[in-house]
Amino acid sequence: MTYSYFPGCTLKTKGKDLDLWGRASMEALGIQLQELPQWQCCGAVYPQARDEIATKLSAVRALASARDQGRELVTLCSACHHVIKRVNGDMRSDETIRSRANAYLQLETPYGGETRVLHYLEVLRDAVGFEELKKRVVNPLTGRRIGAYYGCLLLRPSGEMGFDDPENPAILEDFIRAIGAEPVVYAMRNECCGGYTTLENKDYAARQAGKVLANALNCGAEELITACPLCLYNLQTNGGGALPVRYFTELLAQALGVKEGTA
Amino acid sequence: MKDMTELVTRISGANPRKCMKCGKCTAACPAYDEMDYHPHQFVDMVETGRLEELMNSRGIYMCLSCFACLERCPRSVEPARLIEAVRLAVIRQQDKNHLKPEQIPPLLDPDLPQQAITSAFRKYRK
Repeated sequence: MTYSYFPGCTLKTKGKDLDLWGRASMEALGIQLQELPQWQCCGAVYPQARDEIATKLSAVRALASARDQGRELVTLCSACHHVIKRVNGDMRSDETIRSRANAYLQLETPYGGETRVLHYLEVLRDAVGFEELKKRVVNPLTGRRIGAYYGCLLLRPSGEMGFDDPENPAILEDFIRAIGAEPVVYAMRNECCGGYTTLENKDYAARQAGKVLANALNCGAEELITACPLCLYNLQTNGGGALPVRYFTELLAQALGVKEGTA
Repeated sequence: MKDMTELVTRISGANPRKCMKCGKCTAACPAYDEMDYHPHQFVDMVETGRLEELMNSRGIYMCLSCFACLERCPRSVEPARLIEAVRLAVIRQQDKNHLKPEQIPPLLDPDLPQQAITSAFRKYRK
């Protein structure tokens, strides 16, 4: 199976581990992620304004490019997934946005939201299957107590994202079980870490990260996993190192034996 | 300020008149204490036309875009959309950008992801 793949700006620079181990793991599972031939930064924040068209265009270009290749589009960074998935919904359901975006882009075939957008975790859950993943694990992370940090962007708004139950998600816990570790459920796993304000109000971002980490620690987590480079930065760097925070793909690669040693 | 109310309603596509004043948006907001006007007050102030106060508030730059208010609102008022619309009504004006490129270099650190800078530019300037 081959999917189109949108890595995004951060995965090419500060978030290389998310990308590197994500690709290596899918390859080990027999799935090809083919990077889109040309892509632009998605902009990192979904433009909610009804009259903003230009800020949605890079997402539309990526979506149309995947459509032209006849493939589903896989994302890995939470922010890219959020932006691209919601813009796709707009292109499908909002006639004004669709016609204005197409008027700008002048594509050979106008785009109307045809591409199916999948997050990497959804491919693991729905195409590979966690039962199958469990069978492919050669280095189970037995005994590790891992807290899933979902954050905001994968889950909300649930009507548009359709990712998991927004208040009681399970996909990352199921993933943790599949790689042989023990998931630790804690209340703040789907509350915002405050990362977006790190330039505006670093003190607040650090305090909010501290609350998430303290809650996870109190519930017995020994490490956290995330799919978001900004959450990872905020929890790890601003959060003061109360718990190690890693990309989920790094642990996946380790469990599949494509990454040496203990992550 | 009636025109401004219309502008914010048009940009956001949200309808503050659907609000039933339950306060759940504020209860859900992780940044409510950082805002001079809390999300439920914000919705009320858009409805009653107190836009100038909102446009001058620092709360419009503290919204985390986490969509907790939007997810948990029982009336689908979408407070996050209103906050973004008011912020846009400010920064779309000439010389009203909240972030300037020259402010960035001293804020950089070796681990800061590109995502942080890109999102700040998208949220704080036009």
